[in-house]
Amino acid sequence: MAEYKLLTKDFGMDGIQTLAVYERIGGYEGLRKALRSMTPDELVAEVKTSGIRGRGGAGFPTGMKWSFLPKDVHPRYLCVNADESEPGCFKDRALIDENPHQLIEGTLIAAYAIQAPIAFIYIRGEYHDQRLLLERCVEEARAAGYVGRDILGSDFSCDIIVHGGAGAYICGEETALIDSLEGFRGQPRLKPPFPAVKGLYGKPTVVNNVETLSNLPHIVLRGGAWFASVGAEKSTGTRLFCCSGHINRPGTYEMQLGTPIRELLEDECRGIWRGRSLKAFQPGGGSMQVLLPEHLDLPLEMDAVQRAGSALGAGAMVFMDETTCMVDVSMRLVDFYQHESCGKCAPCREGTYFESELMHRLEAGALTPAELSTLTDICDNMNGKCFCPLGDTATWFVMSAYQAFRGEFEEHCGAGGCPVKLRNSQLVSV
Amino acid sequence: MNVLTPKTRAEIERQRNRYPHARSAVLPSLWAVQHQLGYLSPEGMKEVAELLRLTPSEVEAVASFYSMYFDRPGGRHHVLVCTNVSCALRGAEEIVSHLESRLGCPSGGTTADGAFTWEQTVECLGACGGAPAMQVDHHFQENLTPERVDAILDGVRGAPAAEGHAGRPHRAGGSAAQRAS
Repeated sequence: MAEYKLLTKDFGMDGIQTLAVYERIGGYEGLRKALRSMTPDELVAEVKTSGIRGRGGAGFPTGMKWSFLPKDVHPRYLCVNADESEPGCFKDRALIDENPHQLIEGTLIAAYAIQAPIAFIYIRGEYHDQRLLLERCVEEARAAGYVGRDILGSDFSCDIIVHGGAGAYICGEETALIDSLEGFRGQPRLKPPFPAVKGLYGKPTVVNNVETLSNLPHIVLRGGAWFASVGAEKSTGTRLFCCSGHINRPGTYEMQLGTPIRELLEDECRGIWRGRSLKAFQPGGGSMQVLLPEHLDLPLEMDAVQRAGSALGAGAMVFMDETTCMVDVSMRLVDFYQHESCGKCAPCREGTYFESELMHRLEAGALTPAELSTLTDICDNMNGKCFCPLGDTATWFVMSAYQAFRGEFEEHCGAGGCPVKLRNSQLVSV
Repeated sequence: MNVLTPKTRAEIERQRNRYPHARSAVLPSLWAVQHQLGYLSPEGMKEVAELLRLTPSEVEAVASFYSMYFDRPGGRHHVLVCTNVSCALRGAEEIVSHLESRLGCPSGGTTADGAFTWEQTVECLGACGGAPAMQVDHHFQENLTPERVDAILDGVRGAPAAEGHAGRPHRAGGSAAQRAS
């Protein structure tokens, strides 16, 4: 089964970033249909029927998230989470680069469903060019009557504000995003109250991912039931998988959920590079547990991957060939979480520091076996004990790699260097 | 005396009026300051505080949280190299050592001629499909090899830091004209 192109079908089309071309291929017809023939409640029901689950990582059903908003509390706000920063993830950037109006249309449809007068697109600071593109597209849409007062002659008004971040992974966590948008340090808030009840400026707020929203024009136009017929039963629709690492053809591939991972690797990514074999892969970005070649026949389906001990997360697949040092990979991921820990809670702030220090000494071959055994303790004192998921996920990959490749971790102890890299260099010199 | 130009101050006021609450304009205002000064000086942050009716310490507390704001001046162009997993698997370390020897300063340093400040980062830049990757003045540069890095650096070295990019006036080097650009 090849790619199933729904969100990506117009990628690469000349001028797709302009309103004229987007309209020519049927753009904004979903918004028009929603405004003219559906009440907000009907729209929420349609999205529930579609079964679509959030594409940001947690996989929460979108329609249900919307229906948690308390009745009659206004204003409400929509926040578009374009803070994509998960290691290995670059699909939201592609969706913005390659079809920005699709996201803007989806944003307006969601804003109509929840009756939000303002939608904020929070985009990570590193996506500078993407922010400028979105700002230009919003102005284009505004001039054509899709954004602003009385959209398309309806009584629904909505403004879109594109808001650039400034370098902080944690702002992808929805309450940290809200804090950042309010002009504070981006640190997570205690839940409850959940954003649906008390979010931006203390008002009911929905935070949805770029990919989730980009699906909405298609759900509205073709119907929730049709959408539910694509993909797998409890993972409906498609997802964009960001494939990177040791593969022949890295890139973003849109697959029907339920397709075996092997097809994604072999047909789309064209297999592992340099004729080597697969050692391990990470199916959901930097936060998720390592999987092994034996897991390649798992379907791209949220619950199945979860049962195998990992998760599809934000849809990033990082493939590693047989020469990869799992200690080195773990060290880089741990460094990432240490760098991105917001400092609010002690288990994460201190734990990532301990983890990082230990992993650097292990990779350098300077750790004793007794010191290595403290890794489990450190992670036990973090996982489930942190204020937000960042601290938990800072332990998931390294712990799963330690379990699956224990021999490789132990081999590093007292080796005076990285034994895997040493072996690789010997292979090359032979 | 104001350190921010009328243009920057007008931009901050425009940002302030975009949001239901003025404080939401802190991040965009800090970007405006950095675009003008090349970094966030205490005087610049104080003016942001005045315009948004906050205290300077409130603004500084926000600024210090985010990794893309600079607290000191640097080179006219900024190079940020990703060393997270996807880039590392495809040769980021080679790019890092090449930059170090080519630019003659370690990560975080500025070249002697004030043209470049460069740093490696564990923060994934979101360019894993084109790994190894870096950003030069906020623009993605992907599928890097040492040769491509050289060509990219040669291409921007002579160019002034474009507005809206990370280009920063250098402490000692860098002429007044470069600072103004």
